[in-house]
Amino acid sequence: MYDVIIIGAGVSGCACAREISRYQIKACVIEKDEDVCSGTSKANSGIVHAGYDAPLGSLMAELNVQGNEMMGALAKELDFPFQRNGSLVVCFHEEELPNLYDLYEKGLKNNVKELQILNKKELRLKEPNISENAVAALFAPSGGIVCPFELNIALAENAYTNGVEFKFNTKVRNIFKKNDRWAVETNRGMIETQYVVNAAGVYADLFHNKVSEKKIHITPRRGEYCLMDKTEGGTVKSTIFQLPNQYGKGVLVTPTVHGNLLVGPTAIDIDDKEGTDTTREGLERLLNQAGKSVNHLSGRKIITSFAGLRAHEEKHEFIIEEVKDAKGFIDVAGIESPGLSSSPAIGVRVADILKSEMNLKPNPDYIGHRKGILDPQKLSKDVRNELIKNNPSYGTIICRCEMITEGEIIDAIRRPLGARTLDGIKRRTRAGMGRCQAGFCMPKTMEILARELKESSLQITKNRNESIILTNRNKEQA
Amino acid sequence: MREYDVVIIGGGPAGLAAAASAKKNGIDQILIIERDHELGGILNQCIHNGFGLHTFHEELTGPEYANRFIDEVKKLKITYKLNTMVVNITKSKVVTYMNSLEGMIEIQAKTIILAMGCRERSRGALNIPGYRPAGIFSAGTAQRFVNIEGYMPGREVVILGSGDIGLIMARRMTLEGAKVKVVAELMPYSGGLKRNIVQCLNDFNIPLKLSHTITKIHGKDRITGITLSKVDQKGSPMKGTEEYYSCDTLLLSVGLIPENELSDNMGIELDTVTSGPNVNESLETNIEGVFACGNVLHVHDLVDFVSEEASLAGKNAARFIKKLKVGKNNDLGKIIELKSENGIRYTVPGIIRLDQMDDTVVIRFRVAGVYKNCYISVYFDKERVIHKKKTVVAPGEMESILLDKAKLNDYPQLSQITIKLEEV
Amino acid sequence: MEERKLTCIGCPLGCEIEVKLKEKQIISIIGNTCKRGELYVREEVTNPSRIVTSTVKVENGKIPMVSVKTQNTVPKGKIFECIKELKTISIKAPVKIGDIIIENSANTGISIIATKNVEVSE
Repeated sequence: MYDVIIIGAGVSGCACAREISRYQIKACVIEKDEDVCSGTSKANSGIVHAGYDAPLGSLMAELNVQGNEMMGALAKELDFPFQRNGSLVVCFHEEELPNLYDLYEKGLKNNVKELQILNKKELRLKEPNISENAVAALFAPSGGIVCPFELNIALAENAYTNGVEFKFNTKVRNIFKKNDRWAVETNRGMIETQYVVNAAGVYADLFHNKVSEKKIHITPRRGEYCLMDKTEGGTVKSTIFQLPNQYGKGVLVTPTVHGNLLVGPTAIDIDDKEGTDTTREGLERLLNQAGKSVNHLSGRKIITSFAGLRAHEEKHEFIIEEVKDAKGFIDVAGIESPGLSSSPAIGVRVADILKSEMNLKPNPDYIGHRKGILDPQKLSKDVRNELIKNNPSYGTIICRCEMITEGEIIDAIRRPLGARTLDGIKRRTRAGMGRCQAGFCMPKTMEILARELKESSLQITKNRNESIILTNRNKEQA
Repeated sequence: MREYDVVIIGGGPAGLAAAASAKKNGIDQILIIERDHELGGILNQCIHNGFGLHTFHEELTGPEYANRFIDEVKKLKITYKLNTMVVNITKSKVVTYMNSLEGMIEIQAKTIILAMGCRERSRGALNIPGYRPAGIFSAGTAQRFVNIEGYMPGREVVILGSGDIGLIMARRMTLEGAKVKVVAELMPYSGGLKRNIVQCLNDFNIPLKLSHTITKIHGKDRITGITLSKVDQKGSPMKGTEEYYSCDTLLLSVGLIPENELSDNMGIELDTVTSGPNVNESLETNIEGVFACGNVLHVHDLVDFVSEEASLAGKNAARFIKKLKVGKNNDLGKIIELKSENGIRYTVPGIIRLDQMDDTVVIRFRVAGVYKNCYISVYFDKERVIHKKKTVVAPGEMESILLDKAKLNDYPQLSQITIKLEEV
Repeated sequence: MEERKLTCIGCPLGCEIEVKLKEKQIISIIGNTCKRGELYVREEVTNPSRIVTSTVKVENGKIPMVSVKTQNTVPKGKIFECIKELKTISIKAPVKIGDIIIENSANTGISIIATKNVEVSE
């Protein structure tokens, strides 16, 4: 019996978990995949939006601006990479200038601070690689970039440290009212709870519709991305958006917090809630589109491409409320962009709802800080040598592209809610995320995982249970 | 800071041959830095035969070929460090390496020989659309699993790219019980050696589909299949030609890229065609005293030529140090540029300093396509001086020509040498 | 009469050569551009043979597998038999290049030998 069950260990679910862990509460996050950050949260732009884009007066606008303001302090508390590199919305046609000013006005009304319109000259001074066709831009200094994995993982680890339970590989099959509680039926048995927080991303409509007569519909909106080599990371300093026009929303070009360059996303509505496949047309379109705003983009510098699904709700608005006809069932639904930016505020909002209904006492053991995985590259040579002396595994490089040591990989496995798969290691340490895409380090990382988890290499997976890497031993009789 | 005459980055075939040669040319303070737990580099996993025909006039396997050089390096008492990664090199030749025993250490080199080899092009670099399931490997990673770690990456295999590693792995997986369904190649010709096509594919009835590429990867957890499409002359997939192949494994053998991140960081100029450093006749980069050889310089298809090239780099590093001792090094002298034209993609070296060259210099290069019955022509400025008939040239097989110093001296006005393909 | 098509491996040209045989005797060779092609085809038709390379499990070694090869070529038809024999055996470290792993592999009269040194694991 739990006070709260949170469905989904994405960034929204984990932000809620971390917020409520400030209180004495018996809570559990259940997740269908084997790790946190396995759905929408793992494949997005990693942008902390300033908030000028969200509809006027919407909850989206409110939480976006709030979340953005909270992100700096949160990054310090939870030790994840975040930079306010500023966002630019670039206008390419004189006749569209009024739209740019409209966006500026909307930003002011949404309480976005320090907005500025830059003329062509100012823009080029700021971003020398911007296209010659740019005529002006809206500059939002509060726009930023974050590592979406590390934000999600940090929230989860901190919630876990403060007493929130996590159950992975746990798929919700049904939810129904049982007396005055909720019964959550999963592939691993029945769980009872007072409150349910439905943070199930693209699946949130499925669960909402099981408990409410007022149906909602979430459309998976696929966004494809190309990630470019770190050699290209300096192409732009700010996040470059294109001013939306009759041809669409355009694509963004942004540096990432780790120094790569990211181009994306496309936007295609699909039916498959697991439809994260990329398409030839999508990837081709991306580079063409991105080339309109930024010079010197080369397809040869792509190191990987991927697709993510946004949880698009028809009204394009966050649904964060207790469902009217299902007391104790709280939706966190329709969390599409700017969901990542808003996540810290989403957590607070959900905690407030629970506080208003439950008599929550502060958790006396609450620790608000979390240390991320030690990055030896940030240490001075002397400190680093001291570290290696005490723990020689920090002297062995496993991933040569990102220069990740064995010590970091072991840390990623042994820490709270540690990595159990290759992707888990990759998202926590970046081992395998570089230009060779794990070509060299995969066998070594697998060896470390197998050793630490006391498993055979044959049991190691990429991410989910079925995603095994090796099928059998060589020399085994067929 | 400890000082060395020659620091060699990488203990594969290039690094080993360079070290042995530097030593035999009178240099003592040599250090080889190797990131793996043993010397020999990629040859350790190339267990097939076919190595050494030029160097030793016998047919060796990769590990045997490597061992010849490892034995020599040990006999010459050349020092080496294993499990050690070079993390940085400065323009002034301070090398920072790291391992678990010593931590991070800086050493001062008088000369550096870059011999880091190359890496395989990944799926991401190809931008193959579809899902991102487990079961997609570069051919070399699969080779390591099978031959070194003793694991099979899968049972039903499709291979994209007909580079030699892909062909070798088609046979290797077949011998160990896997079913290789097809090898697909984007180009209308294979990038691999004929011998490998016959002995790795034809011997086992594995079909090779030229002018085909993968247009979709299926399977959300583990790969379940691929869609193969024919491509037109521009290499674009043609609608209506799609064929589905079920498989649990996809191997990629789609090209090798010299690993020049260290070189790039220290300010070495890289060639856009080879992705390797621009070098002169001594295999010296734009930074004086820094040499490059083997696959980090340009991707080779025969290790014998890697060894030959590396020996030259070692010898030139030794010569550089001897000159340092007499304080004479900046005698640039006359520079002759090499230019590739009409079907020739690049040349290594890119320039010749006449005063610095030996009696002869080998110019290595690759052609841009398959050409039958053509001539490789060498022009000294406007005058054609070499006109070599070839029944066939192909991008997968490196070509070379030999230039004589005596002959170059006959052309005192010479400023540019052009190599081109000419029709009969 | 039997007809066979072979690809010559002598050079990158890769001539497609047609051989006609009558009672295992070559009666014509068409398609080769040089003498090497003819020699290759004669050998390949009458006595196709290959060096076989593979790996064998090592016990107590620094690495789990050691690479091996047939000391000389074996008939093409015997390749899988040679490989099969290697599946069931393992050898103890240390191993030296040239060590005989299997004598008279698959009754070919050819031995399988190690191609890599393997030290004993510490």
